[in-house]
Amino acid sequence: MSETPNGGELAYSDSQLRAILRSVRTIAMVGISPRWNRPSFFAMKYLQTKGYRVVPVNPGAAGQAILGETCYAALREVPGGIDMVDVFRDAEAAGAVVDEAIALRHDKGIQVVWMQLGIRNDAAAARATAAGLTVIMDRCPKIEYGRLHAELSWGGFNSRIISSRRRRAQIL
Amino acid sequence: MTKPDNPNKTRFGFETRMIHAGAAPEPVTGARQTPIYQNTSYVFHDADHAASLFNLQSFGFIYSRLANPTVAVLEERLASLENGRGATCCASGHAAQILTFFAFMEPGDEFVASNKLYGGSLTQFGKTFKKFDWHAHLVDTDDLAAVRAAITPKCKALFVESLANPGGVVSDLEPLAEIAHQAGLVFIVDNTLATPYLCQPFDWGADLIVHSTTKFLSGNGTSMGGAVIDSGTFDWGQNDKFGGLTAPEPAYHGLTFYETFGDLAFTTLSHMVGLRDLGATMAPMNAFQTLLGIETLSLRMERHCANAQDVAEFLAGHELVAWVSYAGLESDPYHGRAQKYLGGRAGSVFTFGVNGVTGGYEMGMRVVESCELFSHLANVGDARSLILHPASTIHRQLTDEQRDTAGAGPDVVRLSIGLETLDDLLADLDQALHRAAAEGDKAAE
Repeated sequence: MSETPNGGELAYSDSQLRAILRSVRTIAMVGISPRWNRPSFFAMKYLQTKGYRVVPVNPGAAGQAILGETCYAALREVPGGIDMVDVFRDAEAAGAVVDEAIALRHDKGIQVVWMQLGIRNDAAAARATAAGLTVIMDRCPKIEYGRLHAELSWGGFNSRIISSRRRRAQIL
Repeated sequence: MTKPDNPNKTRFGFETRMIHAGAAPEPVTGARQTPIYQNTSYVFHDADHAASLFNLQSFGFIYSRLANPTVAVLEERLASLENGRGATCCASGHAAQILTFFAFMEPGDEFVASNKLYGGSLTQFGKTFKKFDWHAHLVDTDDLAAVRAAITPKCKALFVESLANPGGVVSDLEPLAEIAHQAGLVFIVDNTLATPYLCQPFDWGADLIVHSTTKFLSGNGTSMGGAVIDSGTFDWGQNDKFGGLTAPEPAYHGLTFYETFGDLAFTTLSHMVGLRDLGATMAPMNAFQTLLGIETLSLRMERHCANAQDVAEFLAGHELVAWVSYAGLESDPYHGRAQKYLGGRAGSVFTFGVNGVTGGYEMGMRVVESCELFSHLANVGDARSLILHPASTIHRQLTDEQRDTAGAGPDVVRLSIGLETLDDLLADLDQALHRAAAEGDKAAE
């Protein structure tokens, strides 16, 4: 699904993904759909249950409430800080979103730009990395959170995690 | 050769994954062995949590027809051993085949399959699938031109066994995968008799792998089970053949599985639609027994294969044996493919034919009935050595021509070599052959 002329295989270590998912609290989700059966809506709802604040960004739904949060037309209109920008746009449109995140990184405190599963824009990633941002591409934070917390395994999936350590039971 | 970029691979070796994949310590109690969740249903936190689970927005358990924690451990272990993305376990190998085709077949659809499959698969594809208006074109998959010629516009899949039961056919997976993919078909490999220890079909281009876990995976003849493992790499959206995954699903309010779940789509659909509506769920106890079996898979397969090699060589040199079909023998036409696809080991299920004056059918039955140590029963892949006369039993439903093609003609005897002392196996077959020949001579007088 990746677009050329991107480079080779993307590899992110479990410890890097775990560190990101532990450190961020507020996620701006750009390109979120207000329709309940869209993948972005699924991801927002899941991340909310895991304790993240998710701020929806979509000009087509600006002013609407999505899952209890007001939707904004652009990143710059989001009041308050943003730790991570999660991009639910195609690879080409993702470039402009990444550039906006770079421009706002000091004002908003943005540390991470995360492009969704199937989305890869190596040029935009290089600009963000040069500006000091951490970049993840072609992954879904919901799936990675579920994988790293053994929830993905409940669905019969290969988490690739082998460990004999006893995990702390989560009482939700 | 091996696809280097399979993202499902880990740094851990096969034997480590046999024991650990999917099975972390249980967090609440610290129980080290996988608990048996003999349990039908799971309490929701609240109405919103229930809605999220039913809408497929969260991971979690609803009802054991769809997913069960013990079964999920086996699913992850199988996915890991095959280097796949996910797995769906079900009640039997036959259930796994229905579940697999159910994901994308519509009435009127077709697929191409080997005509040398296990007889039970040939019957399922040729008779029962017709009731769903699914149509199998059975061809000799050693003839690549015939495979190409059999693909019609309505075909959606190509199905073979990596190592076929009982004929000992080793499929040429690499070019078959290429043919399937050129035609936009999904390539399905039954890896039951080879097991992931001998063969890694995803490395050769398979998209889905099916198993009867009843055989070598469980290993002790205790537990029925099946599984389908998804590589996660097949592009279901490349053409309009796979609407089951790419079209909006009315039961989930127009959700589209492939778009929503990406490389998780096939396994999610197999649980949340396939098992939901076909209902052929694996029992948690069977999953537990199968997990125990898999912990020793590599050790057992080494001994199974070593014993089988020696038994095959013994029979090949036996005066009362007409022929032996075992890819471990250098003279066997599939010997070369066993080197390429099975690491030089040819499994432990094979066939032989008996010399006899009264005709093969009678002699075959007499040899089976004369064994003292080999068990006469309809299974393979057990710790016990097993013997069967396919023409009068598991291949009985087939026509004479289908039987011959599948390597189960009238004189054929099938063996599944177990883990017993080799000399005892050789002695039992030797006495059975001699006793059968003596009875045959008496009958001929």
